[in-house]
Amino acid sequence: MASGLHKSEVQNPVLRWIDARLPVVTMMQKEYGTFPTPRNFNYFWNFGALAMVNLLIMIATGIFLSMHYTAHVNYAFDSVERIMRDVNYGWLLRYVHANGASMFFIVVYIHIWRGLYYGSYKAPRELLWMLGVVIFLLMMATAFMGYVLPWGQMSFWGATVITNLFSALPLIGPDIVVWLWGGFSVDNPTLNRFFSLHYLLPFVIFGVVFLHVAALHITGSNNPLGIDPKGPQDTLPFHPYYTAKDSVGLVAYFAFFAILVFFFPNMLGHPDNYIPANPLVTPPHIVPEWYFLPFYAILRAVPDKLGGVVLMFASIAILFVLPWLDTSPVRSMRFRPLARPFLFTWLVAFFVLLYCGGKPAEEPYVTVSRVATAYYFLYFLVILPLLGRLERPLPLPESIAKPVLRGGGPLPAGAMAKPMEKA
Amino acid sequence: MMPALRILKAVAVAAGLLAGAGLAAPDARAAGEAIHLPDTRFSFEGIFGHFDRASAQRGFQVYKEVCSNCHSMRLLSYRNLRDLGLSDAEVRAIAASYQVQDGPNDEGQMFERPARPSDRFRSPFANEKAARAANNGALPPDLSVIVKAREGGADYIHALLMGYEDPPAGMTLMPGMNYNKYFAGHQIAMAAPLSSEGQVEYADGTKATVDQMVTDVATFLAWAAEPELEQRKALGVKMVIFFTVLGGLAYAVKRKIWADVH
Amino acid sequence: MADSMAQAAPQDGETRRDFLNLVTASFAAVGVGALAWPFISSMNPARDVLALASTEIDLKPIATGSAVTVMWRGKPVFVRNRTAQEIQAARQAPMSELKDPQADQARVKKDNWLVLVGVCTHLGCVPLGQKPTDPRGDYGGWFCPCHGSHYDTSGRIRKGPAPANLAVPDYTFTSDTQIRVG
Repeated sequence: MASGLHKSEVQNPVLRWIDARLPVVTMMQKEYGTFPTPRNFNYFWNFGALAMVNLLIMIATGIFLSMHYTAHVNYAFDSVERIMRDVNYGWLLRYVHANGASMFFIVVYIHIWRGLYYGSYKAPRELLWMLGVVIFLLMMATAFMGYVLPWGQMSFWGATVITNLFSALPLIGPDIVVWLWGGFSVDNPTLNRFFSLHYLLPFVIFGVVFLHVAALHITGSNNPLGIDPKGPQDTLPFHPYYTAKDSVGLVAYFAFFAILVFFFPNMLGHPDNYIPANPLVTPPHIVPEWYFLPFYAILRAVPDKLGGVVLMFASIAILFVLPWLDTSPVRSMRFRPLARPFLFTWLVAFFVLLYCGGKPAEEPYVTVSRVATAYYFLYFLVILPLLGRLERPLPLPESIAKPVLRGGGPLPAGAMAKPMEKA
Repeated sequence: MMPALRILKAVAVAAGLLAGAGLAAPDARAAGEAIHLPDTRFSFEGIFGHFDRASAQRGFQVYKEVCSNCHSMRLLSYRNLRDLGLSDAEVRAIAASYQVQDGPNDEGQMFERPARPSDRFRSPFANEKAARAANNGALPPDLSVIVKAREGGADYIHALLMGYEDPPAGMTLMPGMNYNKYFAGHQIAMAAPLSSEGQVEYADGTKATVDQMVTDVATFLAWAAEPELEQRKALGVKMVIFFTVLGGLAYAVKRKIWADVH
Repeated sequence: MADSMAQAAPQDGETRRDFLNLVTASFAAVGVGALAWPFISSMNPARDVLALASTEIDLKPIATGSAVTVMWRGKPVFVRNRTAQEIQAARQAPMSELKDPQADQARVKKDNWLVLVGVCTHLGCVPLGQKPTDPRGDYGGWFCPCHGSHYDTSGRIRKGPAPANLAVPDYTFTSDTQIRVG
């Protein structure tokens, strides 16, 4: 074999020829075949793979939808309805795409929750976590611009309200908004650029996802115990163990997705978006898509325009510094008896915000939103930093393999915390 | 655990419960005056839902003879009526009974010709301004996707059309407005469109009670808004069965593979 | 995925596992295949496009010896009201001279009315010959300027690279003076 070629161990001659010059087969084998993966994942660890699949579904359906969509204020609404009525399986593509956005956020929220609960953001995975937050931000931008494209009432007024957030910036705010619009209101130039960016951003997301996964394969995965694998007895090859386990989650995800698309396709949407955009009439009760509601509630919890905008962006930006706000050396909440209830309370606050964001800006929702917002930030800025010092974590198991070998099947957290005996 | 920490923990749990309570409590008195819609049983509800063709055809007749005087359905074409079970000849005849604008011809003039099945439903007004001018400033909404565009869908359409009443004592209506139990704000510009029995004479001999006409037109509008509904639900049933079987298989494979680990 | 699953842990019940893997993989493959269909199908002509697939043409204004061009399915349709000489020329052409032999009678429904899809069978250009000032080629029919194909007064290829005669679309006389194409 000539020097400079990769020493491939692939048997198939064609694959071997390719692999020697571009070792994709070796790489796949290393990263997804034999890749040592902690043996104790629970089903929460499905959600990264699910998010990846979801992104691909969105890109595929989006490309085919864009073959029929017309990005012009006079035709956008009708072209979407034409997709629903006349294009073969157009209704399926559109409903999969529209509900796929919701599914994407459900999956990613659970994925983020997994990270919060099991401390996946802590060293050495800080950058992995931060890349994830970047993906989340890009997803929000993409979803927002995608919602504008059907050019219904909610599209138009959502675009108007969200772009107007930038007018809160001192001095340059109004100019920025005009720049975003490409005019003096949300209009055809806005629709055109949103379509362009909505098509572009998913590929940017794909790029960041690649970095996210690359970073993951450097540090290796976290696991429910939050302790590092100590040797081969603590890990399993990714394939077939986790390909099989991910497949189970994937089918369950598809089943849930299918029920949404085929039986409740408009449940998560808003009826007003089936009314063509009318710049002269604002619907009486406008709300963003459900996945933005927690942040929308934070925005409205602040009586000051700029303050609300700042706090809303801060609620996501704070995730970037979370790895340094959480000072505890223990990753998994299973061994953090104090932090755990505080984290669950944070989850409740998140749902409270989600609920209040969908309600009109009146009492008692305003006050409830304020309390929940305060707790949201309190958790990250005060409780986590303090608990790292105050809390005495439960004793950690010696290794991942031990509790599994001992009994088989999942053990309650308390049992695992007991000092381990030799099996 | 240190007592101080135990207190902290208790506080956290209490905060959680309080927040949960806060979630539940305001639900009771929802925003403004929530109007409760009566639930109408339609053939197209449920997992195996389908459109009652006869009812939808009667509903088209109601639309044609009553609603279409003010309301457009600009997203529908006459050819779509074939999906309701009308024959090609019937659809051609219905289309041909409308004059639509075409052109320009070789002299550069626009001209009127009988509609073809491929033409969209003719709108009663040339544009929004004309529609408002003819209706005291109110715009009769396009009905193509009205069932998807209203909270409550077909139930709402049914309730609204049945919801005309005398205003409660002490309420003064604005001029030209009508009282409706189910309309937001209760003052609606549209006068009760279906108010007397036999307003439409059904070709199939069905007794045209007000409720019958309203149910039929709601069925027709539901079909118009979601013509894919039957195909969608039928495919959905197949998909759920497929994923259930595939899920069972995938789980069995996973169990086998993991058998030597546990 | 399925094949290497079997290698993972050889032990008793291997046959059963092989079979299970096979069934699961086939099921998944069927699912993926079925999933692809809506995407492929969505690129076919939509229902509104199919609904416009027929066009009606009024023959009254077309004088003998002249022609009109009508749009049908995004392509030009040539309708020519042929003169007696043109008909005669078309019918006298010996079959042995034709590249794509077809009798003129088989290409028309009424002798004088010739209806053709005006797309050269070579590479899809629109041949000249509809306007009185157009060159009509060596055989008095149509001439395609792209690569020099000559068509006769029946729209048959006589000279040049085109492999076949100009196509005759499906059409019917809905009355003496009207046809419906498609």
